[in-house]
Amino acid sequence: MSNHASTYEPKSATAKWWDERLPVPRMMHDQFVDFPTPRNLNYLWTFGGILTFCLVAQLVTGIVLAMHYVPSADDAFNSVDHIRRDVNYGWLLQSLHATGSSMFFLAVYIHTFRGLYYGSYRAPREILWILGVFILLAMMATAFLGYSLPWGQMSFWAVTVITNLFSSLDAVIPGMGTGIVEWLWGGYAVSGTTLNRFFSLHYLLPFVIFGLVILHIWALHVAGQNNPTGLNIKTKSDSVPMYPYAVAKDAVALFAFVFVFAWFVLFLPDYLGHADNFIEANPLVTPPHIVPEWYFLPFYAILRAIPDKLGGVIAMFAAIAILAFIPWLDRSPVRSTKYRPIYKWFFWLFLFSCLALGYLGSKPAEGIYVFWARIFTAYYFAHFLLVMPIVGSIETPRKLPGSITDAVLGKSPVRAGGGVPAGAAAAPEDR
Amino acid sequence: MTAYRTVVPLRSALAALATLVCTGAPAIAAGGEVAHIDRHEWSFAGFGGQYDRNQLRRGFQVYKEVCASCHALERVKFRNLVQKGGPEFDDEAVKALAAEWPNQISDGPNDEGAMFERVPKLSDKIKGPYKNEQEARSIQNGAYPPDLSLITRARSVHNEASWYIHVPMMMRDILTGYAEGGADYMYALLTGYKEAPEGFHLAEGMNYNAYFPGNQIAMIQPIPEGGAVEYQENAGAKSSLEQNAKDVTAFLAWAADPSLNERKQLGWTVMLYLIITTLLLYFAKKRIWSRVKH
Ligand code: HEC
Ligand code: HEM
Repeated sequence: MSNHASTYEPKSATAKWWDERLPVPRMMHDQFVDFPTPRNLNYLWTFGGILTFCLVAQLVTGIVLAMHYVPSADDAFNSVDHIRRDVNYGWLLQSLHATGSSMFFLAVYIHTFRGLYYGSYRAPREILWILGVFILLAMMATAFLGYSLPWGQMSFWAVTVITNLFSSLDAVIPGMGTGIVEWLWGGYAVSGTTLNRFFSLHYLLPFVIFGLVILHIWALHVAGQNNPTGLNIKTKSDSVPMYPYAVAKDAVALFAFVFVFAWFVLFLPDYLGHADNFIEANPLVTPPHIVPEWYFLPFYAILRAIPDKLGGVIAMFAAIAILAFIPWLDRSPVRSTKYRPIYKWFFWLFLFSCLALGYLGSKPAEGIYVFWARIFTAYYFAHFLLVMPIVGSIETPRKLPGSITDAVLGKSPVRAGGGVPAGAAAAPEDR
Repeated sequence: MTAYRTVVPLRSALAALATLVCTGAPAIAAGGEVAHIDRHEWSFAGFGGQYDRNQLRRGFQVYKEVCASCHALERVKFRNLVQKGGPEFDDEAVKALAAEWPNQISDGPNDEGAMFERVPKLSDKIKGPYKNEQEARSIQNGAYPPDLSLITRARSVHNEASWYIHVPMMMRDILTGYAEGGADYMYALLTGYKEAPEGFHLAEGMNYNAYFPGNQIAMIQPIPEGGAVEYQENAGAKSSLEQNAKDVTAFLAWAADPSLNERKQLGWTVMLYLIITTLLLYFAKKRIWSRVKH
């Protein structure tokens, strides 16, 4: 599979010199030029590259913003306003970074649902998947910390509400929750001290994500990419080299994605945010509705669906943690949902539940909204804990093609598991 | 609802459809409920939108002659009034304006160590009448007239659509580039003073407004029926409540987002570049992949 023989040939004396000492060019060639990618990947496989772009974009815009930003309760809001008004292209930079976080989450959710649909979390990609879950957690922490920095009303009150959640731990050991909350705040209330440490951590975490992403891609290049059939690469004709094939496709998708990104940045810079964050933080005035950014809404709905505070906090964190266990919860003999006639319906129901939870998270926690939030929360967990093991065990998958090549060339399928090697390992170019 | 109503046909058709499907928003709220806020045509709306310089100038006049007696505009500097993409007054006029601005800048300490008040310069902020929130509240009966520099971005219109139309309504706003919720609210607020309906309990010193959350606002109707200011002959419009409200709203929209003109001009260039590049890359990709069946 990915342990393909190296085809790198140093072309100059310098390249040869390096190759004998620190063969970085060889690694780049083998992993990002010559790396075999399944020939049947669709556009959903371009989001990993898009995410890498998002990460780099956030780092670059963030580092420049930090040159002008002041993390203090008195000056934070003014400094962001100053960036927008007076720094050269500051309005663009600020909008790129704020919108960029939304785009990052849009891409990561598509990327994750792609993995769920095609069973990319199944062996041998468990570690790759779990690293993804850690990345998701780190992204959420980073986004939450970053949202506090402009020190608007929504920043302030989101920090207050979310950090206060830890006080529910008082129910476990009296005083522990309050202790943790005050430790996080650095005082008895959310203040400039809190803001200052949040800024420090917000600067740190993206580099942690960067490290996790390197491991993620390393794991990917050991296990190899999954594909819409869920079959392994068996022969040379199942794959094409990353360059130029996958790269050409990634480039198309990246530019299309940047189009959507630029649309929001340049025409709708405030659309994804909240108007209240244009009012400076005021500890004495609580906004009528405190809502998080859109990408947290499903989890916010789960939090509020549970009548007990501690229970809600546990459910909210469990909603992410549970993802780490699905490589073992899914009992189906095949990876890809494409060949799973029953599970397919549950997959779409799950996606619908997540969207519904997102909608409900944006509504006040009362009446009918809470009722539905409870129903969809129940399904969110049931999907992993009941549907995945049970449907996986009882469902008979549709016939799988013999190989990726057979699937592409439309050869008649054989029974699940009994893949026939596709014979001659001709290069795809020769077909 | 409001007397002033010019809406883009496509938008108005969609809006009408939305109102049909939405949970019938009441035209005038009975109490606590806020009336439905109409969308208006703004020169700076949509993809090609730009501020109308004459309108910003008229709007500044309204701000100066009416709102400035209660509201500050401190994030805006006098020099911004000269800049491109704004009211673009000329240098000399703004220098004169700053020199006679009623609210002075506190500065100091001077050589003797004393603080002093001085006339604003071009680089100074547009000060309001009050030193701080406490002074404002003590003079305004406990109410606080907020600084207006960011007000149009600090207010919005809620998506009132029912759940089954929520997503289509969102898509409509995204695809038509609707970003004028704050301006629509401001206009509604300024023109939304009405007789309180029968049975509505209005607290002492409060005024009924159909669009303000809770319907009671401490601000008296700032622009009377018939308009608050005299526009000059060549100002491009006749003064009236609706016209003043529209102009001051446009001016405040500029104050909150002074880079809009540049942003939208850049927007077109960037979009065009991205479409062309995406298409070129797509054809290159097709070519490359034509060598293999996939
Ligand atoms: C006589 C003083 C006074 C004048 C003149 C005045 N305002 Fe106000 N304004 C207030 C006060 C007081 C409040 C606070 C109202 C409240 O909180 O109930 C206020 C609030 C506002 C708000 C905030 C409403 C909200 O949604 O919270 C806006 C916007 C506003 N004024 C705009 C204007 C504009 C535009 C003008 C000029 C056309 C103007 N005001 C003139 C006193 C004034
Ligand atoms: C910073 C965020 C992330 C980056 C930069 C990133 C990057 C990548 C890249 C470059 C690939 C290969 C290309 C592709 O298949 O799209 C990939 C694959 C993968 N990612 Fe991520 N990823 C991120 C987050 C996540 C998350 C949150 C998850 C899941 C919880 C995840 C799960 C996976 C899986 C399972 C694969 C292999 C997919 C397959 O081969 O079918 N990733 N990732």
